[in-house]
Amino acid sequence: MSTSVPVVDRGAKPSGGNPRFFRRLLRRPVAIVCCAYLAVLVGVAIVAPIAMPSVNSQNAGDLFGANQLPSWSHLLGTDTLGRDVLSRLLVGDRVTLVGVVEALVVVLVLAVPLGLAAGYLGGWTDRVVTWLADLTFSLPAVVIIIVVLSVFPTSMLAGMATFGVIAAPGLMRVVRSATLPIREELYIKAAEASGLSRTYILTRHILPRIAGVVIVQASLLAAVALGVQTGLAFLKLLVADPAPSWGGMVADGTSVLLLHPWLIIPPGATIAVTMLALSLLGDAVRDAAVESWSAPVRTKRAAAKAAPASAGTTPPAGARLLTVQHLSVSFPGREQDVRVVEDVSFGVAAGEIVGIVGESGCGKSVTASAIVGLLPGSGRIDGGSIWFGGKDLARASEAELRKVRGRTIAFVSQEPMASLDPAYRVGFQIEEALRRHRGLSRAAARARALELLRDMHFVDPGAVARRYPHELSGGMAQRVAIARALAGEPELLIADEPTTALDVTVQAEILELIRELQMTRQMAVLVVTHDWGVVADLCDRVVVMYAGQIVERSDVQSIFDTPLHPYTEALLASNPHLEPEAATLPMIPGTVPPPGSWPAGCRFSARCRYAVAACAELEVAIEAPYQGHETRCIRYGQLTKT
Amino acid sequence: MVRQVAATPSAAPRRSDRTAWVPDRAVLVRNPVLRVVVRRCVIAVPLLFVVSALTFVLVSLTPGNAAEQILGTSATPAEYAALNRALGLNLPLYEQYWNWLRHALTGNLGQSIFTGQPVTQAIGQRLPVTLSLLVGALVVSVVIGVGLGVFSALRGGAVGRAADALALIGFSLPAFWVGAELIVIFAVWRHWFPATGYVSISDSPVGWLHSLVLPVFALSLYGIASTAKQTREAMLDVLASEHIRMAWANGISPRSIVFRHALRNASMRVVTVLGLLAVGLLGGTVLVENVFALPGLGSLMVTAATQHDIPVVAGMAVYFTLIVVAINLVVDLAYVWLNPRVRVR
Repeated sequence: MSTSVPVVDRGAKPSGGNPRFFRRLLRRPVAIVCCAYLAVLVGVAIVAPIAMPSVNSQNAGDLFGANQLPSWSHLLGTDTLGRDVLSRLLVGDRVTLVGVVEALVVVLVLAVPLGLAAGYLGGWTDRVVTWLADLTFSLPAVVIIIVVLSVFPTSMLAGMATFGVIAAPGLMRVVRSATLPIREELYIKAAEASGLSRTYILTRHILPRIAGVVIVQASLLAAVALGVQTGLAFLKLLVADPAPSWGGMVADGTSVLLLHPWLIIPPGATIAVTMLALSLLGDAVRDAAVESWSAPVRTKRAAAKAAPASAGTTPPAGARLLTVQHLSVSFPGREQDVRVVEDVSFGVAAGEIVGIVGESGCGKSVTASAIVGLLPGSGRIDGGSIWFGGKDLARASEAELRKVRGRTIAFVSQEPMASLDPAYRVGFQIEEALRRHRGLSRAAARARALELLRDMHFVDPGAVARRYPHELSGGMAQRVAIARALAGEPELLIADEPTTALDVTVQAEILELIRELQMTRQMAVLVVTHDWGVVADLCDRVVVMYAGQIVERSDVQSIFDTPLHPYTEALLASNPHLEPEAATLPMIPGTVPPPGSWPAGCRFSARCRYAVAACAELEVAIEAPYQGHETRCIRYGQLTKT
Repeated sequence: MVRQVAATPSAAPRRSDRTAWVPDRAVLVRNPVLRVVVRRCVIAVPLLFVVSALTFVLVSLTPGNAAEQILGTSATPAEYAALNRALGLNLPLYEQYWNWLRHALTGNLGQSIFTGQPVTQAIGQRLPVTLSLLVGALVVSVVIGVGLGVFSALRGGAVGRAADALALIGFSLPAFWVGAELIVIFAVWRHWFPATGYVSISDSPVGWLHSLVLPVFALSLYGIASTAKQTREAMLDVLASEHIRMAWANGISPRSIVFRHALRNASMRVVTVLGLLAVGLLGGTVLVENVFALPGLGSLMVTAATQHDIPVVAGMAVYFTLIVVAINLVVDLAYVWLNPRVRVR
């Protein structure tokens, strides 16, 4: 995808630890509720044991009033020994929280410095730390904690600290892998070169960057620590009777479960709600940390493939194989939809090769994806029609599109390696397409796949078919991808920058292959490219796109001889293939305006050397000075004279 | 500033280069399956050594010893000394450990100080209970968790959010409490399952299954929740990847895209966290065995540890470590099987 549409980057690295991050966090109602609940817990943990000092040593309450259900005098009832459940729950809060904090402190003190050291220093430090972490991962945590607790009976510090030591490697790995990429960044190198100490760099430059990751992990670890604390308290290994603890109260209730099932509900529900609050807070922290990187996600997929008034319901007369008319594509933005392709019309005749040319961010790839109804993210077609085989693909249902994809229109992408499933042999992936589109048997599909690979000029198709994508070179992978695309014997092949990711020598092979396939199969090809070499080698006709619009449309010969749009002219001038002896390659000043901030008049006017005041005033219409050669420029006459 | 540094890239030595000469272990063992097995075994040996030695040191630190536990506090010093000599507890710790290690290498883990029962026998009796529970919970977690995760990844909106909420609740409910509530509902209120106890599979396969349903479910809830969450996230990532988009673009069937291409790639990520999940579930068995009064390893360990029964505790440490090593080995092998990139042709 070559446009800068705002799609959510799921892999965005969270960052945090700054005031803006906390403000973002507190904008979330969930986060506020969780924080408030946890604040109440902390308050209770401080106050309750002071306010009710007798509870911790209370062996028995009113034995005649034991096992009562909730009442006004005992809001949560009484336990088997007649003690008030609510006051035990409140007093038991402190032990639980202290246990969680103890474990967290141990984890953070161990994991953060070790993870930073391993990630930043690398080498042997990294190896030793990673090895120790591996070793710890293989430890049976339960055994160790129980053995430790048998040595230090009912010592919570010992138990939770041991858990902390065992849990630390998990966080350490996260810190390490968060540090690794930061270490390679330029400003860290700069700081090193200017003689700042490593400690200073670690604490002042790297630590703040990984703070967000650490906070997220810490809140999730707190939930796990709570589970461990209550679990061990349930086994009566952590807190000595008669002091109350939430886990211990569940254990007391479990021993009289058949008679008094109510008793386990208050402590159990408290544990569950606290766990829920901690994990919800963890999620909210993570979301808040990622938020600044991403636009809000729109969950509802706009199904409206609106039929604009201009487009008819029947294919235009004298239609080509593919006719795109007034196509517009939008992506949901922060406030309103952002249009990335606007009013694009062109056609591809049977057996013809058409190129779409333009810089990155002009909407070429989006146009190509729109044809097969596979816009990235939540993009949608919001105007125009795509006529193909008597059907308007812009308004076709997903089921109808599925009949077209691979069967009559096939697609080859710019990243050959990434376009094949890494988990399956490439032969299988071609066979799969063959069986689906041609209805072949397994054996017939295998034979046909080998034939297809031979058509792609593989010397030993059998050996190639048995390989996995990672065992292929980029050029080989692209030829395999083309073979798969041809499995359905399509009438139109869409090639989205098919050679961009490849070496120059391999590029020529792939272009030669496409040309040859087009000739032998009488297949139409739509090539998206920014490379004039590809256009010159391959195309019959060209469509030049700029900022979501078509600015020029013509046959190949005329576009090289007499470009009628200043953008085309500038793009041709900056092409290395055409100016081999030029010492400095002319560049187009400025950049493509991003979608959503297109100027009112001619979108290229700000970068155009022929621009006059009139250019920026009114939307420029496309006109055809000659038969078959159209341009969107009010001063093309000027251009042809120079 | 920045430009200067860029001009002199060697200002700081590239640390990644320093280790370049270290031979890759991959060169030594070519077969990936064998490599995984060797690597796990190489870790297992020091691990068993460390864990058992640690157990000895820790248990010896404990105030009081086994002789006091057996004889109570009223015996004469001479009686204590005699019993200590008989049990070998008068020897220095390293000698006790050495004696234990020598026997352990021949498969003899000694006898319980209290019952006199051979440790391997005591553990062997209880191992099936814990393993049934652990394997059962793992299978349930994977089957339901992966199913739920795939389902919620495909259905966005309300269903996805409901699945997320379910996962969150599963995370939040402690297994021991869920177990107790299950007893109240399904054993006391509705007599569908036995409240407590264990039936051996050799006695009655149906009874065995029946006795395991509630404990396995109590233990699995956490596993289902975390597997579902992992699966959902992995599926969403994979479904957004280029090869899936190209599969759509070339008309591969939706069923094949979801269950063949997306699930296979997502399962690689799910498998890597299954090892951690299994270790967590192993810890959970101790709690669940306690709730359901199952005669598994957990209850044996808690008693042995509180009684300072060194041979039993050390033996348990060895068994639990072996279980964890086995789990990690299985996970590694599954990963090799799933991911062709780590296989060598």
